[in-house]
Parts: sequence; structure tokens; C-alpha cells
Amino acid sequence: MIAELGLAMLWMAAALAVLQLVAGALALRPATAHLAGIVRPVAMLQGVLVACAFAALISLFLSTDLSVKLVAENSHSAKPFIFKLAGTWGNHEGSMLMWVTIMSLAGGFVALIEKRLREETLIATLAGQAFVSLGFYAFLLLASNPFTRLAEPPPEGAGLNPLLQDIGLAFHPPTLYVGYVGLSIAFSFAVGALVTRDVGPAFACAMRPWVLGAWIFLTLGITAGSYWAYYTLGWGGWWFWDPVENASLMPWLAATALLHSCSVLAARNALRTWTVMLGVIAFSMSMVGTFLVRSGILTSVHAFAVDPTRGTFILALLAIYIGGALLLFALRAGTVTEGARFAVVSRESALVFNNVMLCGILGIVLVGTLYPLLTEAMGVKVSVGPPYFNPVSAVFAIPMMLVMTVGPVLRWREDTGGRITWQIAVPALVMAAALLAVELLLAPINLLPALGLAIAPGLAVASLQPLVGRNLRRTPLPIYGMVVGHFGIAVALFGMASEGAFSTERLAAMNPGDSQQVGPFKVTLSAIDPVAGPNWTALQATVAASYAGAEPIVLHPQARTFANPPGNRTESALLTRWNGQLYSVLGEEGEDGRWQMRFWWKPFVPMIWYGGALVALGGLLALLGRVARDVRRLVAIDKIAWRRERQGR
Amino acid sequence: MSEATAPSKRPGLAVWLPLGLFAAFLALVFVGLYWPADREVSSAFIGKPLPVFDLPPATDERPGLATPVFKQGKPRLLNVFASWCVPCAVESSQLAALAKQGVEIDGVAIRDRKEDVARFLGQYGNPFARIGKDDLSQVQLAIGSSGVPETFVVDSKGIIRYQHIGDIRPEDVPMIMRKLAEAQ
Repeated sequence: MIAELGLAMLWMAAALAVLQLVAGALALRPATAHLAGIVRPVAMLQGVLVACAFAALISLFLSTDLSVKLVAENSHSAKPFIFKLAGTWGNHEGSMLMWVTIMSLAGGFVALIEKRLREETLIATLAGQAFVSLGFYAFLLLASNPFTRLAEPPPEGAGLNPLLQDIGLAFHPPTLYVGYVGLSIAFSFAVGALVTRDVGPAFACAMRPWVLGAWIFLTLGITAGSYWAYYTLGWGGWWFWDPVENASLMPWLAATALLHSCSVLAARNALRTWTVMLGVIAFSMSMVGTFLVRSGILTSVHAFAVDPTRGTFILALLAIYIGGALLLFALRAGTVTEGARFAVVSRESALVFNNVMLCGILGIVLVGTLYPLLTEAMGVKVSVGPPYFNPVSAVFAIPMMLVMTVGPVLRWREDTGGRITWQIAVPALVMAAALLAVELLLAPINLLPALGLAIAPGLAVASLQPLVGRNLRRTPLPIYGMVVGHFGIAVALFGMASEGAFSTERLAAMNPGDSQQVGPFKVTLSAIDPVAGPNWTALQATVAASYAGAEPIVLHPQARTFANPPGNRTESALLTRWNGQLYSVLGEEGEDGRWQMRFWWKPFVPMIWYGGALVALGGLLALLGRVARDVRRLVAIDKIAWRRERQGR
Repeated sequence: MSEATAPSKRPGLAVWLPLGLFAAFLALVFVGLYWPADREVSSAFIGKPLPVFDLPPATDERPGLATPVFKQGKPRLLNVFASWCVPCAVESSQLAALAKQGVEIDGVAIRDRKEDVARFLGQYGNPFARIGKDDLSQVQLAIGSSGVPETFVVDSKGIIRYQHIGDIRPEDVPMIMRKLAEAQ
């Protein structure tokens, strides 16, 4: 009953999306302009209906209703509650339903609150949003119905891929989806603005909170995903330039560029065409990412939901939406008038430079990700990895970070280097001192980590400079957001450089009782015991790790075996200190009865994720600041309207 | 201070560039999706002669297996299987179909017991002309097989022409027949 109800609500929501598109498109013609009134309520109702459908699917998973095919294939009655819940979106159909749910709720929310844009542009935006949603409704209802029943329910479900039975899964994909979907709103705004030729500060202000929100979630998603890969895959690395990781990085890069160009458009009415273009590109990158992951066109460690027919469907959606938007852009770009001008030395110029560099990184990541496909088409098999991505992205990232140190202290429109001599000199001196210290005091290290270790402290100092000379209590939140975000980049950069420069690895075959030295740690294998969890059994090593002679701390790396479905997974054990992390993995038993143990000492590696979290926090502060100001503005407008009404009486 | 303009593209050919790049991307992934390149890493043993071996019989019903059998001027299939292997039971009907079409199939039973092999053949049919008993996986490893079931097409001169990893599905049968014809 619940499944049928869910399906019915999904169909109704799809029908409302058709109505939203048709009414929105007709409302733009003078003859049928009266239809504009229904677009907003329809968008809201559509969001509510699809949210109910998603709630229905969640309830089916929580009660493990095995008569539903999706539940039978992906869940199991013995799974812990949190994985039953996460199982709802830990599969293709459920994750697509989650996607349209978030998308339609966001569209409904835009319809509910957006008051700054011209009504016409908003209607065009909502119609665009309905058009995008419709493709996903079609995909769900025609090719991946999550509510299909089985004629004969199996006695027990098939379970969930053991790699995915991790608390990280409960949050990682939803976080990325919110990010992707937020960009779909930015895309719809861009399309709406192109349709009504209304690209200006109001458009940038309306779009900015969505871009910021999406960007916060993408930052969190990438940070959490990187940590997930770090501790579950047991390879000790935090970024592999895997196609799926790149798929999540590319929208982030585009969103970062969009965020900054949005600021320029909102504050200075410049970079009009460029901002619209980025709005289209950011969402294109989310769809390209989804396509690369779901179609299985590239070989990846993340191949959980691969199916070529689905790939075809997403490719068709991609061609229609992105191709259509780019065509619209090409036709309309000429009518978007040039924005305000600015000097070579100005904050606008610094932001343009940052945009170009971000797009440069985006370009090389996209090319690197697709390159194997290109050479395969010519009959050569290659794999593109860190030796390409690291140096080539650094070529863009290093100049960008250098400009980041001065950009925030430059004035809008026109400035001179002479005015900010000190603000340039201080970070430059810090960087030079750090570089000197790295080169003179430490053992020789590679160029990129050395540069990272030098730039990070300079950038950290520079990121605080916008606060110098300000009344800290009256500084607007978005300024704090920028400071925290840039500081977070410096922190993450330091973590990455330190990991690259100072990691030590030890691979050893050990008997219980044996000891090994790993960096400053002395690790002793005390015992190997079998243990049992809720739906797995494991061999568990007991390792005592003593930092520089201190009291030992006990770690328990495990090799887990899952029963439903059968599979193995290593569960690494981490010991985090303020100055780094000890990473331990239990491997196979050798023929001589000794155990393969793997240890890494990674100084300051957690800073990578702390930095990522700080960047997201910076985004959150900026978003809160913007939203608070918008709310105050709306309240003020309401008050004025109310007074007028009273005076009129 | 010289005035710089925003990097907004002037109306002209440049505004069509994103669409052009996107079209190129679509073309590339379309090709990748519909004409996927062969991702299989082909076996290093293809084109090499079978190593010399002489295995005792794995069952009383059939003789054992030795290399000279493969140099009798006719291509043969060499199937690596085991009675304890479930996919091997699944592929038995495909092997039977191949045998019915006149293909000569020899088997190598991996780490198996005589009574288990007999029970397996009794239950799922016996398409094999000879079955060698490979208790230590020595022959299996020597011909580059890492699991069961695997099937090799060996040409009339005893040279490995094709290695099929995993069970033979019904849709694979025509392909195996073609490989055998090519190995003539």
C-alpha cells in the first residue's frame, strides 16, 4: 500500500512539473500572462508531493518490506537501523529519488521566498527548474522505478555492499546531492535570466545564497568523501584523482569560481556574461559527474551503481539541458550588455584571475579524467594519475594562492600597489622565511610539498589581513566568512604538503609480541583475536602504540568479513594526535604464521580535513550573513507596505 | 591606470565555443559508451604452446590428460573445473551443447577427489574426453589460469589461442565456436 501510494505521489509530482513548465512558459507571453499566478503554488506543491514519495520509500526500507524489489535487493532485516535508513539512498533508484526530492523542495522554496527578482525572470527560472526536474522524473518513472513490487517476496533481503556499510555513507551522498541540486537552482536562475535578458545584480543576489549553500555542501561532501576513502579503503592516501573523486571536484571548482564572480556581479555589476556562463558550467559539471559515475564509462574504485542504459539516459538529459542552455547562451550572450569597467589593479581583476585559474584547474581535471577515454577510442590504454594531476594543477593553484594573499585587501574598481605595500610585504616575508626554513633545516623534500609548506603560513597570515583596522564587532559576517574560508585553504594546504613531505610507511610481517618503529612511534603487536559485530565477524589485532616512549595507546585494526552479501573489508585503526595521525592496517596471515601489518605516520594530516571543514564554515558564515540581511530587508519592505496600507485607509 | 574590460566574451564566434566543446565531449562519451574499447587484459599465454604435462585420471570413467593429445591436428577446448565450484555446475549445459556440436573437450579437475568428480559428472553430465587430476594446481598455474572455471581454446598444434575466464554463458557459445574455427 505504501509503495503504491509513493508511486502515485511521484506521478502526480511529475504531472505538476509538466504544469509548472507549460504554465511558466506560457506566462512569459503577454496573451497568457495571467497563468503566472499558478506557477509558484504548483512549484511548492510539487516539492511537498515528491518529499512524501521519498518518505514512503524510507518507511519501506525501515520496515524492510521485502515485497518491494528495491528493498529486497539492497536491504536485510538484520542490518542496524542507521544502515537501513542509509540503504534508502545507497542504491541507484533510491538515490535518484533523493535527488529529485531535494531538487523539487529547493524549487518550492525558491517559489516561496524569492522576492527580489523581477517576477517574469522568476517565472522563467521556475519553468527552467521544472524542465530539469522533468528529465529526472522521466528517468525515475520510466527507467528506474523505486517502488516496483516482487510477485514473490524473498524470505530475506540481499543486503548492502560491505564497503558501503559505513556511517560515512549515511551522510556522504546526500551531502553531495544537496550540493549538485543547489547548482541546479543556480542553473535555472541563469537560464531564467538569459530568457528574460535580465542579467544584473538582482539576479546575482538571488542566485548567490543557492550557490553558497551548494558550495558549502560540496565542500563538506568532498572533505568527508576524502576522509572516508582515507580510512575505509586502507591505502593510507587521502586523494587518488579517481574519476569519481574528480567528478565531485569539478563542480566544486566551478562553484568556487561562480561564487566569486557572483560577488563581483552583485557588488559591482561587472562580469555579467561570465557569471551566467559559470552558472551553466557549474551544473553541467554536476551532471557530467553523475554521468561519469553512473554510466561506468570510466574504471573506478567507486563502481557501485554502474549500468550503461542508465548512462544513456543521463547522457540524453545532459545533451538536452546543457546543450540547450549553451545554445541559449550563444544566442543571447550578445544581448547581455557589458558590465561596469574596472582597472588592472583592483579587486575585480584579482577575482577574475582567481576565476581563470580555477577554470584552468577545472579544465585540466576534466581533460585528465576523459583522456583515457580518448586514447581508448584510438586503441591505446592509459591510466592518468597523480604524476599528471599534481604538477599540472599546481601550475594553476600556486599563482592563484599567491593572488589570494592580496585580492581581499584590494579595493573595488581601482587601486594601487603602493597603498597596500605592507599587506603584500608581510605574507611575502612569511613565505620567504618558511621556504628558507624548509630548505635549510629539513632533509631535502620534493618541490611541491616544499612550496606548499612555504605558501601555507603566508596565506594564513594574509587571510587575516582584511580584519586589520576594522571594528571587529561591526564587521559583517560575510567578511568573517571570507577570512575563515581563506584561512581554511591555508590549513588544508599545510596538511597536504606535510603529508606529502613527511609521511613514513612501514610494512612488516609480525608475530604477536613483535615491535616496529614507525616515525616517532614504537608499535607492538600484542594479539590477534576473532571478534563479532552486528552483521560481520572479524579478525582483530591489538596494537600498542607508544609515542616517543610515552604510555602506549591501544589500537584495534580489523579485517572484517560480511555475511550478507559476502565480502571483506579492512577496518583501519587511527590514532590522532595534535601533530599527526598513526594509521594501522591488519593484512593477511602469511604462510609462516606471521601477520602482514601496515603502518603510516602522517604528520599534520588531519589538517587537510580540518581545513576543509573551516572552508565550509566560512561559507556558512557568509550564507548566514547574506540570509540575515535578506530577512531584514524583507521585513522592512513588509513594514513599509503595511504603513502605506494603513495610511491609505 | 589602463582600463581593462571584464572577460565577458564579445558577441561573435567565441560565444559558440562552449557549445562546440560540449558537442565534442558528447561525441567522445557517446563513442565510449556505445563502442567501448576492449578493457580485458589479454592473457600473456595466448600464442604460446601448452606447457608439457601428464596428469593422472581424475575419474575411473575417463583417461588422464597429457600434452600430446593437443597436437593431433584438431583444435580442442581445455576446461579447468572442480566439483566444488558452483559456476562450473552452471556452465555444464553450455559444455554439453558444445560437445554435441562435435567439439572435443578435455578437463582438468583442480584439487578434487575421485568420488566427488564422479558424483559431479553424474549429476551435471560428462562432456569430457579426458580428465586430468591436478591436485596442486600445478598445470592450472602453468597455463596461466587463476581460478575455476576457465576454458582455453587450443589449436591443432597445441598453441593456446583464447582464454575464457569465468563460466561460459549461453550467449558465449557462438563466440567459442568462432574461436575454435579460427584456430583450425
